[in-house]
Amino acid sequence: MLTFENVTKIYSGNKKAVNNLNLEIEKGEFICFIGPSGCGKTTSMKMVNRLIEPTEGRILIDGKDIMKQNRVQMRREIGYVIQQIGLFPHMTISENITLVPKLLQWSKDNRRERAKELIKLVNLPEEYLDRYPQELSGGQQQRIGVLRALASNPPLILMDEPFGALDPITRDGLQEEFKNLQRKLGKTIVFVTHDMDEAIKLADRIVIMRDGEIVQVDTPDEILRNPANEFVESFIGKERLIQTRPDVKTVGQIMNKIPATVHKEETLSTAIQRMKEKRVDSLLVIGEDQTLEGYIDVEDIEENRKKSTLVGEIVETELYRVKEDSLIRDTIQKMLRRHTKYVPVVDDDNRLKGIVTRATLADLVYESIWGDEDDN
Amino acid sequence: MDLLKELVTYYNDNGAYVWTEFYRHFLMSAYGVLFAAIVGIPIGILIARYSKLSPWVISFVNVIQTIPALALLAVLMLVMGLGTNTVILALFLYSLLPIVKNTYTGILGVDKTLKEAGNAMGMTRFQILRMVELPLSLSVIMAGLRTALVIAIGIATIGTFIGAGGLGSIIVRGTNAAEGGAIILAGAIPTALMAVLADFVMGWFERLLSPANSRKLS
Ligand SMILES: Nc1ncnc2c1ncn2[C@@H]1O[C@H](COP(=O)(O)OP(=O)(O)O)[C@@H](O)[C@H]1O
Ligand SMILES: [Mg+2]
Repeated sequence: MLTFENVTKIYSGNKKAVNNLNLEIEKGEFICFIGPSGCGKTTSMKMVNRLIEPTEGRILIDGKDIMKQNRVQMRREIGYVIQQIGLFPHMTISENITLVPKLLQWSKDNRRERAKELIKLVNLPEEYLDRYPQELSGGQQQRIGVLRALASNPPLILMDEPFGALDPITRDGLQEEFKNLQRKLGKTIVFVTHDMDEAIKLADRIVIMRDGEIVQVDTPDEILRNPANEFVESFIGKERLIQTRPDVKTVGQIMNKIPATVHKEETLSTAIQRMKEKRVDSLLVIGEDQTLEGYIDVEDIEENRKKSTLVGEIVETELYRVKEDSLIRDTIQKMLRRHTKYVPVVDDDNRLKGIVTRATLADLVYESIWGDEDDN
Repeated sequence: MDLLKELVTYYNDNGAYVWTEFYRHFLMSAYGVLFAAIVGIPIGILIARYSKLSPWVISFVNVIQTIPALALLAVLMLVMGLGTNTVILALFLYSLLPIVKNTYTGILGVDKTLKEAGNAMGMTRFQILRMVELPLSLSVIMAGLRTALVIAIGIATIGTFIGAGGLGSIIVRGTNAAEGGAIILAGAIPTALMAVLADFVMGWFERLLSPANSRKLS
């Protein structure tokens, strides 16, 4: 849906910021541009919505040359998210989110509806719609920044290091959330970053650039397995190359498929009973159809034993979860970073599929060590 | 003590007169600033956009500012004759500098990221001006109006020399009278009061309009 044809950009002073770029991006694809600072990532991205105009070559969206379209009209159909976030401080969150719909002259009611719909996507309360950006944390602001780009439902979204200024934990959460959102909405995304972990985690294909030229375009796995040259190799880093070796790769392959659970309609005594049986201090709480509702632990039960009787009444819903196809290395990183003892694994409809515990991971490590010795 | 007593007597006897001049004084100043705003704000916006013009325009309004008030008034009088309009024109010219300059710096001072965001979202130039640049520089522009008004109130005092009236007339009367100290004060005090009050009210507006306070407006 997005095509770069021999695109070159020369800034005044004869410096070729982008040199003869050729790239075909499919609909629904998540593309990450990555490379050292100054290699022309931002320039490439900004040429798509004509914030910067190419010196030579053509850029086509759905087969149509962007230079032949109305610039203002075209930009309203392309989402745009930047590292500095750039929310307007004098507008409420609601007004910020629905700015493009306003430019497109949607009615006030429709805009408000849309704002409510959108804010649900990122799990922020509706009350936030009437606040001002400066009242929100950085992570919350960038969630709003993303929503603003989604407001008029554009098929294509451009993002320039959108999570670059956030602290690691917030960034982590937002990446995850955003990847899920993208899967759900099927947007085509051009995402600029200089963080290889981020690119590996998010991208369907990674475009590695250097000095205004493309060095390699491929899926994250393929790039990790077969780096095109030394530059790519050094850019990826030795650690990651080793990490990709083990044949086991996704969480689904190593998870424990029978986690200790309790149904939300069951009583607290049942829960205690089950904890004793399974020798655990915490249970995953499920609802209809195996959907994951949250968890309860021993202390919660002790504290609430007098007041409540059913598990559903005291379930903790704040719970970090991963998908079956999440990569093991990401999951490990996250468990360590968040100091959690386990993560539940769910499918796209939030149905519980299994659990990864620290014990699971330890098993994995031992296995790989024993495995190595067998080989020798 | 005597002075104070005389002052009170003067106000008692001439209350209506003082009030008329006060009002007249204020109107002259306000009109001068108002016209300067109508002309100066667009000029400020224009030179913020076409930055090649800015050094020329700013120097020009700067030069006006450096002409002594009496001299400017005298020259204008030669062209326009005596009367209120001449004073208002002088005040207009003096008000241009703070208004043009503040509009210019205000608009240039709006975060570039925000302008780019607006641009990237498909705002037209005019929409960026109306929905982003102006609201975000309003408090700076307001500060320019505030300075202009305070200066204008001061300068309007000499309007009396070309027959425009205002609180200056009371002061001049005092200087002509034998024991005119109280009369001078009778004119000077309201002038000072007006300037302080204008400064205060405009300052309040300025704070109200600053982007950080936008929630109070809505
Ligand atoms: N407006 C500009 N004028 C001149 N040179 C520029 C401009 N913007 C970027 N460049 C140069 O073009 C090159 C690529 O910049 P950029 O696309 O911003 O790189 P990246 O986003 O990969 O860090 C750099 O060498 C940069 O200095
Ligand atoms: Mg960049």
